[in-house]
Amino acid sequence: MCATCGCGDERGVRVGARDAADTREESGSPDHRYGGHSHDHDHPHDHDHSHEDGVHAPDDSETAVPEQDGVTRRVELEREVLAKNDTLAERNRQWLTERGVLALNLMSSPGAGKTTLLERTLAGSASSVPLAVIEGDQETLRDSERLRRAGADVVQINTGAGCHLDAEMVGSALRSLRPAPGSVVLVENVGNLVCPALFDLGEYAKVVIAAVTEGEDKPLKYPNMFAHTDLVLLNKTDLLPHLSFEVDRFAEYARRINPGVEILPVSATTGEGLSAWYDWLAGHVSSPLHQGV
Amino acid sequence: MHELGITQSVVDAVLDAVTEPRVTRLELEIGKLSGVVPDSVRFCFDLVVTGTALEGARLDIVTPTGSGRCRDCDQRLVLEDQLAVCDCGSPDVEVLSGRELRIRAVDVESGTVAS
Repeated sequence: MCATCGCGDERGVRVGARDAADTREESGSPDHRYGGHSHDHDHPHDHDHSHEDGVHAPDDSETAVPEQDGVTRRVELEREVLAKNDTLAERNRQWLTERGVLALNLMSSPGAGKTTLLERTLAGSASSVPLAVIEGDQETLRDSERLRRAGADVVQINTGAGCHLDAEMVGSALRSLRPAPGSVVLVENVGNLVCPALFDLGEYAKVVIAAVTEGEDKPLKYPNMFAHTDLVLLNKTDLLPHLSFEVDRFAEYARRINPGVEILPVSATTGEGLSAWYDWLAGHVSSPLHQGV
Repeated sequence: MHELGITQSVVDAVLDAVTEPRVTRLELEIGKLSGVVPDSVRFCFDLVVTGTALEGARLDIVTPTGSGRCRDCDQRLVLEDQLAVCDCGSPDVEVLSGRELRIRAVDVESGTVAS
């Protein structure tokens, strides 16, 4: 499975221990990087097929089999590319369900305020809902240390060159985290509005965090991300007086992509609107509407 | 840029499924609403197959258009992207297809002449 988009090699991923201290990981291959390969794509790509109509008639008159010595035969595979991830995600979902743990996949672009929102959430709602965090970043333990100071059990996943979390990483992080029955695991995905949309982690629900500093048209520009989310937290509303951002227009665009989506305007800095988010959390913990998304 | 990882997954799955020493053609289905860019997959393909049974294989990508149904008026729609709006003005369109991400088939060369 795609564990690290940059190189397709899972050894680039490090999953920390629960409450890991700030010591460098002893294993793994931290120097494993995209640059490990030579990406000198100077070869011509003469792929001049046109498949605009979506109905592709294999053009076997073309020399499909150069330097053919033996015989060529077609093998039907019909396999889903993401089948392995989806299987692991389903396993995570079952694992979580058996323990009565609710996992949320929190996604946003970098800088939308995910970690600040988590800090605030840990401080503000911990009395009503027990929380733990899986923190995904390319590098460093900075965010997990921030959240640990805020009082949470945290496991950090460093994806190395990877641009998203996948079900395998989250599965090992869950086993390391050992969340308490009845708790909520907030999975902070890598800041990225594109790739995380494709990978089911086994979560109960997806939550997209957008910020008013990003522009109203983010849902239209990143439709895959907004199409499958259950909740949008529109963060940094304390900055609205300084911006020309129109909340109604953002909501209209988001609902054009995802008509039923719930949108909660919040400010992780001032706390404005967060009680609605805490109520949402508490409501889903006490009576989950669905398992899986 | 998840396409490099996706392409690696595709190649791994093919190598798992096929025992023949040489794969000469790979047929993928990447729906227009899948969130995966075919050109990026092509770009990654040559890199990923180096040194494997797929080295030199032709990559054919079929890109089915999406289809959907308007939840307000029940009309069927052709979807080129996620931003579809029905003729009746409703954006509430259920996606029925177009998110495919599938390995359809491979052509393999056995190296021996079979009957």
